[in-house]
Amino acid sequence: MLELNKDTFEEEVLKAEGFVLVDYWSDGCEPCKALMPSIEELSEKYDGKVKFCKLNTTKARRLAISQRVLGLPAILLYKDGEKVGECSKDDATQQNIEAMIEKNL
Amino acid sequence: MNKVYDLIIIGAGPAGLSAGLYASRAKMDVLILEKENKGGQIVTTSDVANYPGSIRNATGPTLIARMVEQCEEFGTQFEKGTVQKVDFSDDIKKLILSDGKELQAKSVIIATGAYPRKLDVLGEKRLTGKGVSYCATCDADFFTDMEIYCVGGGDSAVEEALFLTKFASKVTIIHRRDELRAAKSIQDKAFKNPKIDFIWNSVIDEIRGDGIVEEMVLKNTQTGEKTIIMADEEFGTFGVFVFVGYIPNTDVFKDQIEVNDKGYIETCDNLKTSKPGVFAAGDIREKSLRQVITAAADGAIAAIQAEKYISSKEY
Repeated sequence: MLELNKDTFEEEVLKAEGFVLVDYWSDGCEPCKALMPSIEELSEKYDGKVKFCKLNTTKARRLAISQRVLGLPAILLYKDGEKVGECSKDDATQQNIEAMIEKNL
Repeated sequence: MNKVYDLIIIGAGPAGLSAGLYASRAKMDVLILEKENKGGQIVTTSDVANYPGSIRNATGPTLIARMVEQCEEFGTQFEKGTVQKVDFSDDIKKLILSDGKELQAKSVIIATGAYPRKLDVLGEKRLTGKGVSYCATCDADFFTDMEIYCVGGGDSAVEEALFLTKFASKVTIIHRRDELRAAKSIQDKAFKNPKIDFIWNSVIDEIRGDGIVEEMVLKNTQTGEKTIIMADEEFGTFGVFVFVGYIPNTDVFKDQIEVNDKGYIETCDNLKTSKPGVFAAGDIREKSLRQVITAAADGAIAAIQAEKYISSKEY
């Protein structure tokens, strides 16, 4: 998974062509860390179809808020730089995230 | 023929994992079923300071990882699955999962825990993760230097409000009554904290905002009077953290075993439910203290009782 920061986000997500999935997480978010292996698994499954990235919001708070992310975990799917799907909080399960990807691919 | 386990434990929080450990060490053939990630509610806790022996690096997830490892060492099996229907009427208990798979066991421990109660007001669901939160450790840092409103008057509401003062410019506790229910020692800390303010006799009536929380309507529980709270110009949003108790995960079991009017399972000291061979452990039980240590203790007792039950039945 590609690690994003506030300097690379625009180039890698908003200006990117095709599908980009961003896993918003933070140091203090334990459910995010528990979810991470599932996201890693999906990143292998959809290798070549969806670009998987993660963003630590602790160092990019304003950026996260600009994406309307104010709660974690939040998994957002972008297509050609536009948000097309979101699974956050209780909805952020491997099953739901996979369903979101399948629906959009 | 379907495999019949000695014991199936539903839920992999501290109660379920402790039960798994004790049952496996008693040489039972044990399966722990978990619908999501192992650990239950404690995984959202960044610092577990009150579980005896958990001193260094004791976060919810590290503690759970050690419990899982310990279970596996003694042969506990794990499976991911959501229980959709149960039949506890026969000696062999049946569990049907959401994918249609059927599991069978001679005994069952229900350790499904509880989940945070929602306010059930307009806008709450839509704005969850957009300013509305039930997890302080997850979301606190988004609200650095912003205002946070914290709903509830119990131990967890006031403790979380204190935690949130490390981030927020100001934390306001909104409580439906005119006094807190939290322990006196916690109350004292809150009253002394210059960052904490209170709005008494009030409930949230509606939360509004276009994509993120922008304003909310409060209703006075005495007069019915409504007040609107709006976000400041600088940030354009604020946090609404909800800690108004828990709801037990007993829906699937309600038609098979007795639960009380709040949905909790009432057991005897040996953690037996109303059905023979079915036991309950952890937050799912009606009890006075819901902590990792009481959940773990329940798990141990339930596992040993399940083992006794099976031996007495001579399958």
